Amino acid sequence: MDIATFVQVLDSTLRLATPLLFACLAGLISERAGVFDIGLEVKMLGAAFMAAAIAFVSGNVWIGVAAAVAGSVLMSLVHGGAAITFRGNQRISGVAINFLAAGITVVIAQNWFRQGGRTPSLSGDARMARIDLPFAENLRDVPVIGPVYHGILSGPAPLVYVAFLCVPATWYLLFRTRFGLRLRAVGENPAAVDTAGVSVIGLRFAAVAICGVLCGLAGAYLSTGLSAGFVKDMTAGRGFIALAAMIFAKWRPWQAMGAVLLFGLLEAVANRFQNIDIFGVAVPVQAMQALPYILTVVILAGFVGKAIPPRAGGAAYVKEH
Amino acid sequence: MSGNGRIPNWADVTLVPLVSVLLAFILSGILIWAIGESPWAAVKLMVEGAFGSSYGWGYTLYYATNFMFTGLAVAVAFQARLFNIGGEGQALLGGLGVALVCLYIPWPHWSLALLAACAGAAGFGALWALIPGYLQARRGSHIVITTIMFNFIAASLLGYVLVNVLRPQGSQDPSSPRFPAEVALPKLHEMLALVGIPFSRVPPVNISLLIAVGMCFAVWFLLWRTRLGYQIRAFGESEPAAEYAGISPARITIYVMLISGALAGLMAVNSVMGEQQRLVLNAVEGAGFIGIAVALMGRNHPFGVFLAAILFGFLYQGGAELALWTSIPRELIVVIQALVILFTGALDNMVRIPIARLFALRGAR
Amino acid sequence: MITARIVFARPSDPRMSLTHPPQMRQETAASDIPAIELRGICKAFGPVQANKDISIRVRRGTIHGIVGENGAGKSTLMSILYGFYRADAGEILINGRPTEIPDSLSAIRAGIGMVFQHFKLVENFTVLENVILGAEGSALLRPSLAKARGLLKDLAREFELNVDPDALIENLSVGHQQRVEILKALYREADILILDEPTGVLTPSEADHLFRILRGLKEQGKTIILITHKLREIMDVTDDVSVMRRGEMVATRATAQTSPTELAELMVGRKVLLRVEKTPATPGEEVLRVQSLRLVDGQGVERLRGLDFTIRAGEILGIAGVAGNGQSELLEVLAGLRPATGQAWLRGAVLPLSGPGADAQTRRATAVAHVPEDRHRRGLVLNFHAWENTALGYHNDPAYNPTPWKMDNDAIIRDTSAKMAAFDVRPPDPQLKASGFSGGNQQKIVLAREIEHAPDLLLVGQPTRGVDIGAIEFIHQRLIRLRDAGAAILLVSVELDEIMALSDRIVVMFDGRIMGERLPEKTNAQELGLLMAGMA
Repeated sequence: MDIATFVQVLDSTLRLATPLLFACLAGLISERAGVFDIGLEVKMLGAAFMAAAIAFVSGNVWIGVAAAVAGSVLMSLVHGGAAITFRGNQRISGVAINFLAAGITVVIAQNWFRQGGRTPSLSGDARMARIDLPFAENLRDVPVIGPVYHGILSGPAPLVYVAFLCVPATWYLLFRTRFGLRLRAVGENPAAVDTAGVSVIGLRFAAVAICGVLCGLAGAYLSTGLSAGFVKDMTAGRGFIALAAMIFAKWRPWQAMGAVLLFGLLEAVANRFQNIDIFGVAVPVQAMQALPYILTVVILAGFVGKAIPPRAGGAAYVKEH
Repeated sequence: MSGNGRIPNWADVTLVPLVSVLLAFILSGILIWAIGESPWAAVKLMVEGAFGSSYGWGYTLYYATNFMFTGLAVAVAFQARLFNIGGEGQALLGGLGVALVCLYIPWPHWSLALLAACAGAAGFGALWALIPGYLQARRGSHIVITTIMFNFIAASLLGYVLVNVLRPQGSQDPSSPRFPAEVALPKLHEMLALVGIPFSRVPPVNISLLIAVGMCFAVWFLLWRTRLGYQIRAFGESEPAAEYAGISPARITIYVMLISGALAGLMAVNSVMGEQQRLVLNAVEGAGFIGIAVALMGRNHPFGVFLAAILFGFLYQGGAELALWTSIPRELIVVIQALVILFTGALDNMVRIPIARLFALRGAR
Repeated sequence: MITARIVFARPSDPRMSLTHPPQMRQETAASDIPAIELRGICKAFGPVQANKDISIRVRRGTIHGIVGENGAGKSTLMSILYGFYRADAGEILINGRPTEIPDSLSAIRAGIGMVFQHFKLVENFTVLENVILGAEGSALLRPSLAKARGLLKDLAREFELNVDPDALIENLSVGHQQRVEILKALYREADILILDEPTGVLTPSEADHLFRILRGLKEQGKTIILITHKLREIMDVTDDVSVMRRGEMVATRATAQTSPTELAELMVGRKVLLRVEKTPATPGEEVLRVQSLRLVDGQGVERLRGLDFTIRAGEILGIAGVAGNGQSELLEVLAGLRPATGQAWLRGAVLPLSGPGADAQTRRATAVAHVPEDRHRRGLVLNFHAWENTALGYHNDPAYNPTPWKMDNDAIIRDTSAKMAAFDVRPPDPQLKASGFSGGNQQKIVLAREIEHAPDLLLVGQPTRGVDIGAIEFIHQRLIRLRDAGAAILLVSVELDEIMALSDRIVVMFDGRIMGERLPEKTNAQELGLLMAGMA
């Protein structure tokens, strides 16, 4: 494999990992607070639609991003209402919201744009601009550093940088702030938080809202950064890969970044090559696609280090003494 | 303490789901109105499209057949408090089972092929559910997550098999060759013709409908008339009590997942063998997920599943008609389905508590 | 009023309350305004009146005990005080001031701290993190943790509350976890500390340590409410004691001027005279022999430390002991619910304690029946009909399964009707869900199921817990009748009266060991109490 191909693959790894990273951190914060969320996929989808639609109508990508975040937060709050307020089954609510957004985006897209459930292609200011780092062109021909700096680090949309900055930010929030301490506590033992005089419902809604914001950014990047417009089912299982990455990382932010980079790499490689020859064995592309899920099952099964979810996860809080 | 359980049984099984569905319909109606169509006209179109002719009935029942299988699959698992959202993947694998049986064995008559295809579909579906079941029972991996993962793994596996193994030479289409004509299942119009009832020849509804109805009865019998069913329900209601009674949680989990996966797999007999007559990539078309809505709406009871499956069959057929004649896309049905899951599943308390209050008021008077 | 407010305003810095306690005490003595006064508190859950018009005054700087049987309404009352429930009627006065306590935060602000029976700790957090949770002080953790670390050191020195601040809760013993709960309350500057059944989970030495801590806190001017159903603790450590019975506050006494007998009578509402009509036992052949039975639980704690005993046909062996000393584990091991090591023989044949054959189904097949301690969790499926519960555990019984593939529901229903008649279950309706019966009738359903299968060995745990008086007598008679029919009975109960009334021989368990064996006619509650406390 020549260096140009290598750089290309790494570059696309970074771009493909970005929505995964947003969604993965979103799920991580929600689940750390004890609210399971299998609706990451569809919050991304809804946000992707909102971003593309509003960016197209307004001609400004950032208005689109704001709309995406708003739409995604709204969906999060529906999930929160069902899971936290009405103490419904969090997984069933997640499934319901998955369908809700999958259907409603197409219905509205068809109604607004009449292009078979897609938005028109975005261009100009309605698309996310690239950020070119300084001296990228000058350094282009320097061996090793040049291709890495010019081909990988420079050039992606601003949300890519935001996504990777969210990793230390999430870590800091969870492990160095009062809010983080309470958030983790509410996912482990809500009774401890409640008897300490802190609102369980408030904390969980806050976590769910943050989850919505991050999913909104993931979706916005998908339709305005990675591609130019919304198409039906464009998330294509990314929300579930993010969920897998979260479990793979055992609900920890830095490890989550590692997991999404790995899964992004798998996707980039699968996109670029049809069959990969590893030590004389042809690995079919489908195996690359399935690998994130298989790895997650292996982790879940505890064959390689057990993944233990937050202890109060998935259960609504009911007061009892 | 919130008044749960104060609802009479009849209201719990009829009123609560009906109110939930009504709420879902009202919200969908608002959505239709919001996109500039008339909800009333839409309902009329749907009802006429689904029930106005034997053509419409045929499609409604064809879809309902799929949903009975996947709905039963989810319902059986729910009885043991296991949430199997892997129906989609299990049905995909069931389709593979059907295809292998139909393609590689020369069958003299459809009836023999049907028996073997049922075995193949159920076997492959059960196998695909066995792994998450085993992992939950023995390794404590949560079944919701593993079955989601297995849906994706199944899709990849099927993609590989179709592209690299089953695809006929020279074909660009990732699908298997057509099945031989001998294994074509008798359609409903042929069966009804035997007793002199005319029925549209177009819709794919076939003898699998009878198998699905039979399965509704079989699952009811299993749950309420057999020892295994008793153990499944006891385990679902209270795990400590089941342990006390000497019921092995691990064994029941595995049995239930095998049964659930087999039921989901059987769906492929209707869709792959009854309709498509070959194996294609998206043979299941989301029916695995609709099974969740069907089971929730049917209160995890086979008779409820039967009725809910027909309701969803109506929605699917009616929705297709709607998409044909208006600017409302088919995805509207997905929205309705989502709302039904939301109200009957996750927001159950929102519907139940006011109803309980009403009954409390009436009781107080 | 104004002076009271000035005098009793809580210092903003908890260090102050630690460094200036004598001053506080003087003021306490000078005033007779109670730390807590409740007036006419009522609370109902649906049709159940948990608290009826309760009034109580708790003197500042004292330890005030509240005793009562299970279900007397003690925990509900304290939950109201801590803002967990809202009272339907009544008034709460803290230091003489009417106070609304709609939630836990208000309780904390009013200076109330609570140590729940089931600790409210985050298992995988450190002690320090648990202590500051909800009272961090600043948005960032570092300064809060540093401040708490210093304060914890002071408290540890002051009150014998030593805990490693950096240890994870899950690695601490129960006694240490309880100290963390007390530290949490003190960190929040609590003046009033409520402890709900604090010794239920403690070993006697841990309990003694707790009482030393409580006395220390009292010396510093704190007010302590101790909820318990153990009279010995009340007599040992409290200044005043209030008795609750069926949701009502029936009496308040100065501890020095009352006796355990009087308190017991007040608790139960009649002379405690548990006498069961029975003839002397005529033990037959040996039914169960157990040798060096050991059990190590999931956390690596040895729960059973080598038990040896036998039970003969036609006798009741009573196991006395404070809850949590291995009795529950013993029942579960013998019932085939958890594996253990050691040897056991049933009617001379080896009884496997682990591996194949050591399961609940095989036990029932060999005529070992089990009435579990917790009928709601284990003994019944509350959402099942009475007849379905009759088949629980006996679902493989040939009488219920005439063919291998179909269960004969009608046969089970007929059998249930017969059992209900024999045990006077009311209402005698096999189609009613188990949750629809009263506690006594639920227990009769369980007993009928287990006794009517004519077991050779019956394992019974807490047979009359939460059961009304009438049903208690009935259940006791049935156990005696089963004994007289030649069955061997292993009876586990935390009610010493019950053990003494029913047993033919008594074995006392403490900390997973057998402390001694006594004959009921040749021992008394005092001697047994000493054995139960591990003193022999």
